[in-house]
Amino acid sequence: MGGVQRALAELEPGARGSVSEVVGGEVPAVARRLADLGFVPGAVVEVVRRAPLRDPVVYRVKDYEVCLRRAQAACVYVVEGQP
Amino acid sequence: MSAGCHDTGVGAGADLVQVPRVALVGSPNAGKTSVFNGLTGLRARTGNYPGVTVSRFVGSCRVGGQRYVVEDLPGLYGLEPVSPDERITVDVLDGRLEGVPRPDAVLIVVDATTLRRSLGCVAQVLGRGLPACVVVTFTDELARRQGRLDVEALGQALGVPVVAVVGHRGYGVSELRELMGGWRAWTAPALAPPTDPAERDAWVESVLAFADYRAPERHRVTRRVDDVLLHPVWGTLVFFAVMVLFFQTVFTLAAPLQDGVESLFARLAELVAERVGPAWLAGLLGDALIGGVGGVLVFVPQIVLLFLLLALLEGVGYMARAAFVMDRVMARFGLEGRAFVALLSSFACAVPGIMATRTLPSARDRLATMMAAPLMTCSARLPVYVLLIGLLVEPSRKVGPFGAQGLVMFGLYLLGAVSALLAAWVFKRIGDRRGQPVPFYMELPPYRLPAPRAVLVAMWSSARAFLRKCSTVIVGTAVVLWLLLNLPLQSTAHLRAAGVDTGDPVAVSAYSVDHSYAAGLGRAVAPVFEPLGFDWRVNIGVLSAQGARETFVATLGQVAAAEDPEDPARALREMTYSDGPRAGEPVFTAPTVAALLVYFVYALQCMATVAVLRRETGTWRWPVIAFSYLTALAWVMAWLARTVTVLAGG
Ligand SMILES: Nc1nc2c(ncn2[C@@H]2O[C@H](COP(=O)(O)OP(=O)(O)OP(=O)(O)O)[C@@H](O)[C@H]2O)c(=O)[nH]1
Ligand SMILES: [Mg+2]
Repeated sequence: MGGVQRALAELEPGARGSVSEVVGGEVPAVARRLADLGFVPGAVVEVVRRAPLRDPVVYRVKDYEVCLRRAQAACVYVVEGQP
Repeated sequence: MSAGCHDTGVGAGADLVQVPRVALVGSPNAGKTSVFNGLTGLRARTGNYPGVTVSRFVGSCRVGGQRYVVEDLPGLYGLEPVSPDERITVDVLDGRLEGVPRPDAVLIVVDATTLRRSLGCVAQVLGRGLPACVVVTFTDELARRQGRLDVEALGQALGVPVVAVVGHRGYGVSELRELMGGWRAWTAPALAPPTDPAERDAWVESVLAFADYRAPERHRVTRRVDDVLLHPVWGTLVFFAVMVLFFQTVFTLAAPLQDGVESLFARLAELVAERVGPAWLAGLLGDALIGGVGGVLVFVPQIVLLFLLLALLEGVGYMARAAFVMDRVMARFGLEGRAFVALLSSFACAVPGIMATRTLPSARDRLATMMAAPLMTCSARLPVYVLLIGLLVEPSRKVGPFGAQGLVMFGLYLLGAVSALLAAWVFKRIGDRRGQPVPFYMELPPYRLPAPRAVLVAMWSSARAFLRKCSTVIVGTAVVLWLLLNLPLQSTAHLRAAGVDTGDPVAVSAYSVDHSYAAGLGRAVAPVFEPLGFDWRVNIGVLSAQGARETFVATLGQVAAAEDPEDPARALREMTYSDGPRAGEPVFTAPTVAALLVYFVYALQCMATVAVLRRETGTWRWPVIAFSYLTALAWVMAWLARTVTVLAGG
């Protein structure tokens, strides 16, 4: 594999990747909650669509769809191009 | 919230110590409340939106002679709560909620279509060590979308009993009941699931593999509908089209129904006038009850229609999309998408709207939203608006293809909503700035057909709540008002001395009403409302509406019926100022009606809202602030509306 690690917030709709790392930012609760929502290392994430005003963005992870604001999506790092 | 308006969520059930307590926990939107309703026969509110249930709700069920207390709880994604609704569930699970014993067992509800994510939550709940059983819902949808799950194997992998149900239809509920009967013998997992997130993830995958799980296909309809509804142009158009259509419907489709109800009351009034002997009793029945309360009851069709629309939006899954689309707009006002949903629910009634702020993680956001929610046009304003708009705009007037009445109504809703956003922004700015940034996330469930039962329950309970309000607050106010309007009794000698033609009942009643205690009261507050153009009768209406807005309609109806029992509708239209500088001029001119409408847009005239603000914030401070700022704002904005209308030549 060995792709480049990028923040989820940077991906375009249609892109996929597998989560490599979730950083908490200043608030530990954010990382916890992202993990509870399914953003854990190894999970495959697909960018589904952007809101009309470009934020938030819907992601598909663990077989369901959830939207995150850019600030939260910036906490999730993915390696692009997973199956 | 089973009973729509003004029901705040604690159900029946005497909690005896020896009765086993079973709690329903699981992710939001997993179908917990549907299972709860199936078990208890109650009708708690359900909907295709994560976060419908925001408070603990208690019921009971009987299995083979044994009574069980069943608790429905708000959903949670993990046991580390981030919002007040999740905290309730965690506190109940840990036995930390005051006066509520820890449950004896839990039913962990999981949505089979999101099993891969939901098992993480199941693992956390199993880790609490309470006897547990897993209830798998949405098995019908899993099969329909070509997914697969071996329920028995899932039970083996988890080490606890598992039962599959279709919650909203009640399939599988009898098996669940049977299983509950043997809760003392439930197996516990041989090994507690791992607590480390990475290990837990591996555990979930192994459980899924063992249970031969295949995730459902994506829901194609959802994707196609979202292409339209979440499109910047089409989505906005559809939203406004639905709204405009709704307001047109309020006036056009509901009108025949309303006429039916109205003629029924007219017939009743005739009967009373013919049959009821003592004049005072006929007056009480005819004026206060039929003219006053009947005038409000006429609005049942509109209220039910409004609740139908909201129940449909919630049932299909539009609310989560509304939060998603509006999040960015709300961010401009310092809030988030969930706050928009809370405001949208306030269209029904500010009470559930304020309760819905429990889903907001940030305490500041929550407070700002609560202070803004009373500005959203609730169903109680509907009768007032319909009555006043009827005095302002001819029913036949059209603007393009749309009825002008519906458009004015739409404008009032818009005014309320924009004011609410601005108010929320102000309260967010002046609030305490220390709060931590909290994450925004919103699950978008697939579109689903609303459960017909849930929609019917929403309509029925709204109608019931409205009728209850009519039969208590409004009847009470109407009777008191009737006394105030008819006392003191005027002697014939006195009437003659005042130059009233005692042979003309209309002249007599007009004179008595104008010299009643009610008139005195209305005139006493005249200095406050005079600049807005209100006369003493309108003042009485506004004062009586302080507890519940609909009372305004009852009061005006009653005053009109008392002045001219033959044709109250005309009496209202042709009402003139009886004294003061404007004596003889008509009361309901465009500037006065505009001022009144705007007054009702802003004023906090609802004791239920004040009470729920007190309870949700824990102090009297916030309800007092809300009441003061909204009343002051109402006066100022009404004055502006009057001035502008006068300038515009109305
Ligand atoms: N197809 C299908 N729909 C279901 C099933 N169970 C519930 N629903 C629907 O799913 C939606 C959510 O159900 P609720 O019972 O409100 O879910 P909840 O877990 O109480 O949700 P929150 O209170 O928001 O956490 C409703 O629209 C139900 O009609 C099921 O087994 N199959
Ligand atoms: Mg629920």
